[in-house]
Amino acid sequence: MKRFEFIQPSSVEEALAAWEPGAAWLGGGTNLLDLMKIGAMQPDRVIDITRLPGLSGIETLSDGSIRIGALVRNSDLAVNATVARDLPMVAEALLSGASGQLRNAATVGGNLMQHTRCNYFQDPHAACNRREPGAGCDAREAGDRMALLGWSDGCIATNPSDFCVPLAALDAVIEVRGPQGAREIHVSEFHLLPGDNPQRVTALEPGELILALRLPPEATAFAGHARYLKVRDRTSFAFAMSSAAAALKMEDGRISDARLALGAVAAKPWRAAEAEAMLSGAAPEEALFTRAADAALAEAKPSGDNAWKIDLARRTAVRALLMAAAGTPARIPALPASPFGSKVGDLAHA
Amino acid sequence: MSPSISLTINGEARAVALDDPRVTLLDLLRERLDLPGTKKGCDRGQCGACTVLVDGRRVNSCLTLAATLDGAEITTIEGLALGEELHPVQAAFIENDAFQCGYCTPGQIMSAVGLISEGSAGDDPERIREGMSGNICRCAAYHGITIAVQEATRNMIRTDKEDAA
Repeated sequence: MKRFEFIQPSSVEEALAAWEPGAAWLGGGTNLLDLMKIGAMQPDRVIDITRLPGLSGIETLSDGSIRIGALVRNSDLAVNATVARDLPMVAEALLSGASGQLRNAATVGGNLMQHTRCNYFQDPHAACNRREPGAGCDAREAGDRMALLGWSDGCIATNPSDFCVPLAALDAVIEVRGPQGAREIHVSEFHLLPGDNPQRVTALEPGELILALRLPPEATAFAGHARYLKVRDRTSFAFAMSSAAAALKMEDGRISDARLALGAVAAKPWRAAEAEAMLSGAAPEEALFTRAADAALAEAKPSGDNAWKIDLARRTAVRALLMAAAGTPARIPALPASPFGSKVGDLAHA
Repeated sequence: MSPSISLTINGEARAVALDDPRVTLLDLLRERLDLPGTKKGCDRGQCGACTVLVDGRRVNSCLTLAATLDGAEITTIEGLALGEELHPVQAAFIENDAFQCGYCTPGQIMSAVGLISEGSAGDDPERIREGMSGNICRCAAYHGITIAVQEATRNMIRTDKEDAA
């Protein structure tokens, strides 16, 4: 690991003042430290933000929004009573990610900032435009499970986060502060598609720091029919090959509002607005879900030897919608977000 | 900068001068504090061999910079037994053949202790397997590990009840 200067500010102001080009914020360290060990990230200065006050709370605001501090750990967020009750697919996504040890360390802010798990990004000896602009992309030759949507010739990496998929579906907002002051960024606009500049992966400006995440009051209206489904090589402790967050608002047996976002198919969690529009007002049935999933993947095209993944993503979306229609289970299944983890008939949330 | 940190390790207060901020908790324990019970496997958070408790929560010590831990309470496998009396999880691992080569065992045991205190798995074998998925065992002693964690969970709940009564 390259040497770095270690700084431990005790306030947000001090942290912002300590930032300089080449610096990195350190939260739980589960992604940054790993990338530093293998040489994919080489910050000159590491700013430990874990002791900043006021960033570890989970609160319900007067308008019904749920505000989550950037330093809340994944494991604490997943078992928080409000989150488990009102945002069950957020809890399920969190519990389907990583391992118990990693969830105890990983933070909300760090999860939003999580880098792609593309092998070629992680290997400093491989060509990667995301790591080194203009270097080329070795994944184009060898990647077989890369992006289907929104990729460019320069980069076909996917965003690996589970957490961000339901956040995108539920219109979460990120509160940031930086040298130019405070601002808010919608989760769906936070991760950038690669285009001609794959190195720029988020909308954060240099020196900006994530302070909190906010779920709008409408997000809680889906609690009775909200699921996250994640298909992976093994049932636990693996990144998604494809995933989907599906949420339905049901009124008199019909869908009055729908949310659908897909994971592991693009450089950002992929909100499927067209599919949502098709679902709204209709009766929940498999044929409708299939048409909606077709619409969600209509623009998908293979970025390498991964045409198989289009089918997988489509089926994942259909299955997630079926699971959501069946109702949120009273308790998160033993195998969270797994196609093997839910028996229909096991419901009773709401 | 050479941060100095104060830690409590297995109940003992330790002051540590760090000459390099790159030192992980894992390397601090093994290389500098003579506590080699915590094992280094992948060194990337993927195998769980380095699991310890920080302030009572299980984490991968390989992905934790020692410099971030000023004031923390660390428990390693060396600090689990009460004198000659094994921790219930240690006893259950022996009773149920929950290891073969033993290299992953300290991490498995620390992870199990963390999991049991999290309280979400109970003695449900499926929830235990899911909760222990951050610990890889190349000898594939998973069957015994699952039974050991079930048994330790039951024993610890029973002991808690007796203590309360």
